[in-house]
Amino acid sequence: MKESAIDQFTGSAIPLRGDNIDTDRIIPARYLKAVTFEGLGDHVFEDDRTSMSNHPFSNPSYREATILLANQNFGSGSSREHAPQALKRWGIQACVAESFSEIFRGNSLAIGLPCFTAAPADLEFAMCCVEESPGTRLAVSVSDLTLQMLDKTMTLEMPDGMRDALLKGQWDPTGMLLDRFEEVRAAAADLPYVAGF
Amino acid sequence: MGKTLLEKVWDAHTVRTLPTGQTQLFIGLHLIHEVTSPQAFDMLRSRRAPVAFPERTYATVDHIVPTLDQSRPFADELAERMMAALERNCAEYGIRFSDLTTEQQGIVHVIGPELGLTQPGMTIACGDSHTSTHGAFGAVAFGIGSSQVRDVLASQCLAIDPLKIRRITVDGALGPAVYAKDVILEIIARLGVTGGVGYAYEYAGSAVDAMSMDERMTICNMSIEGGARVGYVNPDATTFEYMKGRPFTPSGDAFERATAWWSSMASDPDASYHDEVVIEGPAVEPRVTWGINPGQSVGVRGRIPKPGDIDGSEWASVSEAVEFMGFEPGAPISGTKIDVAFIGSCTNSRLSDLREASRIIRGQKVAHGVKALVVPGSKAVRLAAEQEGLDQIFEEAGFEWRGAGCSMCLAMNSDRLNGREVCASSSNRNFKGRQGSPTGRTLLMSPAMVVAAALTGEVTDVRDMLS
Repeated sequence: MKESAIDQFTGSAIPLRGDNIDTDRIIPARYLKAVTFEGLGDHVFEDDRTSMSNHPFSNPSYREATILLANQNFGSGSSREHAPQALKRWGIQACVAESFSEIFRGNSLAIGLPCFTAAPADLEFAMCCVEESPGTRLAVSVSDLTLQMLDKTMTLEMPDGMRDALLKGQWDPTGMLLDRFEEVRAAAADLPYVAGF
Repeated sequence: MGKTLLEKVWDAHTVRTLPTGQTQLFIGLHLIHEVTSPQAFDMLRSRRAPVAFPERTYATVDHIVPTLDQSRPFADELAERMMAALERNCAEYGIRFSDLTTEQQGIVHVIGPELGLTQPGMTIACGDSHTSTHGAFGAVAFGIGSSQVRDVLASQCLAIDPLKIRRITVDGALGPAVYAKDVILEIIARLGVTGGVGYAYEYAGSAVDAMSMDERMTICNMSIEGGARVGYVNPDATTFEYMKGRPFTPSGDAFERATAWWSSMASDPDASYHDEVVIEGPAVEPRVTWGINPGQSVGVRGRIPKPGDIDGSEWASVSEAVEFMGFEPGAPISGTKIDVAFIGSCTNSRLSDLREASRIIRGQKVAHGVKALVVPGSKAVRLAAEQEGLDQIFEEAGFEWRGAGCSMCLAMNSDRLNGREVCASSSNRNFKGRQGSPTGRTLLMSPAMVVAAALTGEVTDVRDMLS
């Protein structure tokens, strides 16, 4: 299926400080007891929000935010797609972090949630600005790989394949994988364990 | 120039280069379970797409399985609904399912190898990050999310970017009561939880060569905890011996032909690597985690970090962990009191794990006030252990002997920590809240170390208990 191309976003941001924020924290395992992703947005960071009085996801000033700012290794741990699903259903449309876990980043791409990396100093600047004035507008661009806020333009990064997939509207790859299915059958037939030893 | 196993498997399974520049990679075995597949089947249904290769897909149920009363319907209505969805999906799409009525049910990463579904030279995918386990056989195995489960159901392929490769050589013999778990905890402590991002890990060296398949699975299982999505060991005589006679393994002359192909997929001696790391096997000690990610571990004779030990920029995350755990910076890890002892999970719940643990606990008693349980990785492991009388050894010592499943590794059934309990656990993740209580605390260690802690009620060097 060809999805819509994803390129430019503008919106306010939510700063989430800390390295290695894992998918168990993004969405605790008890909310995986379901057969759909519905309602996950209500439980994003639930345990962290309970234990921290000032968790950004509990702060009404950030409730309209669409861009998540995070530090290193965001989304580590489990391969549960429930994690990016929960963020997206809460309202997040793009993530900018120092680094991501690979599976989280791939899962995010597959639901049209772009994950950019940025230099630590740029993220620190962006987080500080947003903490000081939560409504600050940011603009991110997949085609230009830039983050603009106030009068500053910062460079973002994203692997070429992911960027291409977003810009061409091919971030949901099922259709593309089925396009030349005869080649899949041929590749399978060449494998001795498929053909039979 | 020779090639690595990763390159050979990648080449053999490449269908084409996609317009996005990613590789379209054929997946030889797709393992599915109840947590990450129902959404994928719904997506498939809404697109009116069939399952492309149902015969290359295999299902089991593990995450939500109750380990005490497994009668249907399950007491937990949500768990029952997930189970019913998987039954319906497998029936509708013609997918084989080792459910609770069969003798083949168990944790997906335990039963794949047991049944001989997992084979060298294959590509494998499963909607679970610990799919890296199957790399122990020289397979290239990816943990994926539900949208990718949909992709594999629909096309038997993944759209994926190539990986770099790092060889981790563990040389020399491991000391007494030092296990694969200790080696992988050492590797992750050394390279960090993000060290493997973008890489596949190839584990090599005389210590790995000497390991059983169970031990190799433990190492590969936790590759993802070091950031590496894929980890593998080159197939060898130990691998082929394990493969022999399993339900889905070729037999007779076909086994010989299979062995020849499997051997040919191993990395060539002159293959090149993007990075190399060497670990001295004899220097590895039994390890214990003190923090909230699997990279935060020390040798059992070591101490919890204090400010002077750690680079200033890293102290923030270390102090967050020490504070959450309620530990004293600089205190020895040995002697830390525990409330619960858990032997189980796709990391350490196989027969050899239970044998090692039972060897230490035989004739002794779990410390007063410690809740201790063993959750075998599969029905087959449970049965084999019972035939050896291991269940009696555990029960006489005060361990509960449960049915097979994921259980307290992630607490999606009723096995969970309460409040601030501290758990000595043979599982793979010590994340905040991982074992079902948001404030619960997990100390990762080998099954032998779990047993040692269970007997004394505190973190204890298992080597002191060897007669």
